[in-house]
Amino acid sequence: MAASDAPLPENGPTRQAFWNRPWVAPLLVFVLVLASWELLVMIFQPPTFLLPSPSLIWQSLAGQFLALMGYGFNTFMEALGGFVIGCGLGLLTAMLVARSKWLSDLLLPFAIASNSVPIVAMAPIAIVWFGIGPWSKVAIVAVMCFFPTMVSTVRGLTSASPDAIALMNSYAASNWQIFTKLRVPSALPFVFNALKICTAVSMIGAIVAEFFGGAVNYLGIYIKTQASILKTPDAWAAIVVACFYGLAFYFAIVLLERWLMPWHRHREQH
Amino acid sequence: MAESVTSAGELDTTGHSPRRWLWLLLGYLVAFGLIAVVWEGSKALFAIPDYKLPHLAQIAEAFFRPTPKGPTWLILIQDALYTAFEAFVGFTIGSVSGFLIAALFQRYVHVRRGFMPYVIASQTVPIIAVAPMIVVGTGSLGAPPWLSKSIIAAYLTFFPVVINVLRGLESVDRDALLLMRSYAATDNQIFRLLRLPASVPYLFTALKIAATASIIGAIIGELPVGSTRGIGVQIVVGSQYNTFNPGFLWATIIVAALLGMIAYGMVALAERRIVRWKRPES
Amino acid sequence: MPTAPIIAIDKVSRIYGNANATTVALKDVSLTIEKGELISLVGPSGCGKSTLLRLIADLDTPSQGKITVNGHAPEQARKQREYGFVFQAPTLYDWRTVERNARLPLEVMGRPAGEWQARLDKMLAMVGLRDFHQHYPWQLSGGMQQRASIARALSFDPAILLMDEPFGALDEFTRERMNMELLDIWETTHKTILFVTHSIAEAVFLSSRIVVMTPRPGRIAATVNVDLPYPRNFDTREDPRFFELVTQVRETLKEEFVGHV
Ligand SMILES: Nc1ncnc2c1ncn2[C@@H]1O[C@H](COP(=O)(O)OP(=O)(O)O)[C@@H](O)[C@H]1O
Ligand SMILES: [Mg+2]
Repeated sequence: MAASDAPLPENGPTRQAFWNRPWVAPLLVFVLVLASWELLVMIFQPPTFLLPSPSLIWQSLAGQFLALMGYGFNTFMEALGGFVIGCGLGLLTAMLVARSKWLSDLLLPFAIASNSVPIVAMAPIAIVWFGIGPWSKVAIVAVMCFFPTMVSTVRGLTSASPDAIALMNSYAASNWQIFTKLRVPSALPFVFNALKICTAVSMIGAIVAEFFGGAVNYLGIYIKTQASILKTPDAWAAIVVACFYGLAFYFAIVLLERWLMPWHRHREQH
Repeated sequence: MAESVTSAGELDTTGHSPRRWLWLLLGYLVAFGLIAVVWEGSKALFAIPDYKLPHLAQIAEAFFRPTPKGPTWLILIQDALYTAFEAFVGFTIGSVSGFLIAALFQRYVHVRRGFMPYVIASQTVPIIAVAPMIVVGTGSLGAPPWLSKSIIAAYLTFFPVVINVLRGLESVDRDALLLMRSYAATDNQIFRLLRLPASVPYLFTALKIAATASIIGAIIGELPVGSTRGIGVQIVVGSQYNTFNPGFLWATIIVAALLGMIAYGMVALAERRIVRWKRPES
Repeated sequence: MPTAPIIAIDKVSRIYGNANATTVALKDVSLTIEKGELISLVGPSGCGKSTLLRLIADLDTPSQGKITVNGHAPEQARKQREYGFVFQAPTLYDWRTVERNARLPLEVMGRPAGEWQARLDKMLAMVGLRDFHQHYPWQLSGGMQQRASIARALSFDPAILLMDEPFGALDEFTRERMNMELLDIWETTHKTILFVTHSIAEAVFLSSRIVVMTPRPGRIAATVNVDLPYPRNFDTREDPRFFELVTQVRETLKEEFVGHV
């Protein structure tokens, strides 16, 4: 290869070609992947339980769509319950902890270390405490959401620069004014980052906690059961539903973020 | 030289004075003592049964209880090592393939445009749910039992590595690239001398996430019936025999937690040894 | 003018933009630079100084016109490593020590480390970084980082040094000291230096000739010969002739602005 050239600035007018529209390539990939998946299954005919074709998954999804959406809703409610409790407690704790440097120095390392603890593995204890029903899942999700929310919020609340605080002090602002007018707004981006991460964490937590046991009308248990009796297309259909709820939850939080932080420049993702 | 110089040796890398450290240490000791007091106190006060909250001594006792194959702690460590092995294989496969895919995405914009939205979406979606199917599928193919766990660990590693490494490879600024251009550097030189080193801190961010995730993945892979080894199996056993041996479930979970922390710690340690050019955080 | 000019710029224009909006960054700029000159480009920001430097360095291509560097097209000059470029930001690579940063061009160009090590050490000593070979960039002050980047540009012994506001981010005191050091380097190495600045005093102090540029569109308003004798030192800044020249350049810029404001 010859000497390479770093990209140069555009030299004159250009127009956005059809192929460069942001949705074209992903759509193409989606269609291509599904088509080749279907084709490969048609040619090699692997056992259905090993790799079902997309059309078979689609049939399974269409055949029990309402039931699956219902299971998904049950699981989603567990996730949402844990999310609200965990993130809520995380926010409150952070507000208390962020008031004292000593306290945050003491507690943050624990909270950060908890990131490296497989919390879902504690599901059996939650089951012992809260029963095999949804509340044990809510509890696990709450614990999983608590720590990241708390860590991010403490960081956010302490992120205002000393100069910004000095400015508030120069107006003789009260502590409460500094809190509501400076600390909270500068913490919001941190909080929302944590909340967005927690949407995924809560769905994952709920489904995996269900792998440890529970009733059949929940996604995790349904997936586990159908997989074990080799009804793989059903399990895949349930995963499609799980992804739907996961994405919907995520984008709901994104909408909330845009509504609460209109000033923030929201980063475009690739 | 009249200019101010900060050298690594003179810097207190943590920003804490020894006095402060002492206070923190004291805080930790008090905190642990407090936890123990609250634990045993609430157990006595609310008459919480052993199966819900065993005595701390019962947990300790569970570790030392003898079994036909040796003391419990030894069995748990063996199972933890097996899980660590499954996770490590997956972690390695996932991070290497993730890195290669990120490099590919970096070079071919169209490929990236097509696939990247799905990689990002994977982080907001519970893909871990496919775990039972991977276990059943590979099992029916007659693959060794650890393989399915490693596959789960691999894909939990893969996605964060792709996202972060791509971010790192693209993190080089315009002037750093123009500098290379001014030397008439080749594409390969730009990759090797500029993009690759720039991506290393980002890689470690992903690897720290992935270290724990791969342990979780392996544990989840061990949950379905039919698994015989691994700390996940012991957790399941612990929950089944909880009424008979209430300390044991907690013991298995403590081992799982330690496993996750050790995996994370090893990556963090490697990061500190390799990424030595960063200003220490205060 | 005994020999062919080392840099020749002939009616060069550079137009940025897309269908909606275009910016004429440079319009019909012509300039010749002789070997061994220390020329400054001065002008308010946005007048195309950086653009002109990047065109010479083949880090950008002209929309119209022709540039020759040492008798070659800019691309060929770049591939023959005829110039070293110094950016406003030091642009050191975080993961390399000072010494390894300065060695970067030698590695890229495949020059044998053994032969060039002595030169590398000399350049680092010349910019006053003898004792900082093993430091990482974050351990240096801004001025020291910029010195390291100058040593890096000199390490492979290019004939031309292109410097884009290299001292723009430094405080006044550091900047004046760096000016002295640059003059030392110039007098010992006999490089041709093209120096961009928006400080008139800096331009007068350093250069043998000043090219005054004005914006919208970017073009050359005047060139001013600086007849202050070398070697220059701190007293030069107090020389009445120094003030006359500063005033002369300032007047040129003022005239150009009448009618624009
Ligand atoms: N890559 C670019 N794309 C579009 N416009 C540019 C680009 N680079 C420079 N310009 C424009 O060209 C003009 C000259 O810029 P520049 O050469 O950077 O000026 P100076 O270095 O004198 O401050 C400015 O109006 C600037 O906005
Ligand atoms: Mg400029």
